[in-house]
Amino acid sequence: MANIIGAVTTSHIPAIANAMANKLEETPYWKPFFDGYPPVREWLNEKKPDVIVLFYNDHGLEFFIDKKPTFSIGVADEYHNADEGWGIATIPPVTGESELSWHIANSLVHDGFDMTICQEMKVDHGLTVPLSLMWPGNDYGHVKVIPVCINCEQHPMPQPRRCLELGKAIGRAIESFDSDMKVAVFGTGGLSHQLDGERAGIINREFDLECMDNLVSDPEALTKFSNLDLIEIGGAQAVELNMWIAMRGVLRGKVTELHRNYHAPISNTGSGVLLLDHEMPD
Amino acid sequence: MSYIDDQREVEGTVLFDHRMAKKGYGLNKMCFSFNGQVGRDEFSQDEAAYCDKFGLSEVQKKAILDKDILTLLKEGGSIYYLAKFAGLLKLNMQDIGALQTGMSVDEFKAMLVKNGQGK
Repeated sequence: MANIIGAVTTSHIPAIANAMANKLEETPYWKPFFDGYPPVREWLNEKKPDVIVLFYNDHGLEFFIDKKPTFSIGVADEYHNADEGWGIATIPPVTGESELSWHIANSLVHDGFDMTICQEMKVDHGLTVPLSLMWPGNDYGHVKVIPVCINCEQHPMPQPRRCLELGKAIGRAIESFDSDMKVAVFGTGGLSHQLDGERAGIINREFDLECMDNLVSDPEALTKFSNLDLIEIGGAQAVELNMWIAMRGVLRGKVTELHRNYHAPISNTGSGVLLLDHEMPD
Repeated sequence: MSYIDDQREVEGTVLFDHRMAKKGYGLNKMCFSFNGQVGRDEFSQDEAAYCDKFGLSEVQKKAILDKDILTLLKEGGSIYYLAKFAGLLKLNMQDIGALQTGMSVDEFKAMLVKNGQGK
């Protein structure tokens, strides 16, 4: 049984990559944001997970709306970043974990989650910014990453309840993998923000903090929201909370909060970090 | 409640749903091409001709030439693809926010700070 040791949530805003590239971490604007990360990095360096299951959404790099998978999973040995159109430097290849990826894919389809299974997958800032944040200098090549991509771009999008169930099914799949490898789960994106329309600029700090509380202690409470509820309360891109909810579903055992940080705004967004310890279910 | 049953509208927001995905297909496909330098260069050489290549409507083409983000959204543009158009114009998300809300960039940034503090 592979061991799910814990989870991390983080923003994946492109501006973070620019800030790191331009060494702005200690500036007044960025410091309250980057100060949230050293405890997470220390935990990762101490626990040394072999594999990261990383929930993210593609923003029009790999997938266009000609064919838009609701849920997709990468099963490759390696993934590449590419030009997204606006000048973020591409980063080194991301190492995959093909065997466990295929095991999860097999288990998920059997379990009723009909995934799009990807042997080639360009990964965008949704996946790469969290890796750069956790391993500064892009020193992440030793960690194997399993990308799980959720449609947050085109309605109909999977609802929060469904995303939690996806996470649980991935949790069961990992638990049934015959290996002693250590797995950590990343939920990326969010929290409240809206980039588009006359309503651009909305941030709902109170709701973000409430979501972070519920993610730790009562994730089922978040499934009462529909995507349209999330959009009304937290802005059009607050649906990225679905990646955090999916992450939490993977943790089917005992969860303990080790660290959190919340800072807003970063770019147009409420930005949260959670570090969760996980003890495997009996 | 399902998407079919829940037809509510959110003020100041264009949901990128099936209607918009169909209406904006060519527009978004053009913006998707801005992932590549070849597409960006070809657009910059002759913006109107590049719009025609992707079959944009006259309204969409005018909105591209005018950098009119709100009209582009109403005409089926997805913000994720329009963001690539914005990048080509060297505009960041605060610039785009200001354009859409009618504020100056500084006013928009001040609103973000206020919202971020929960005020």
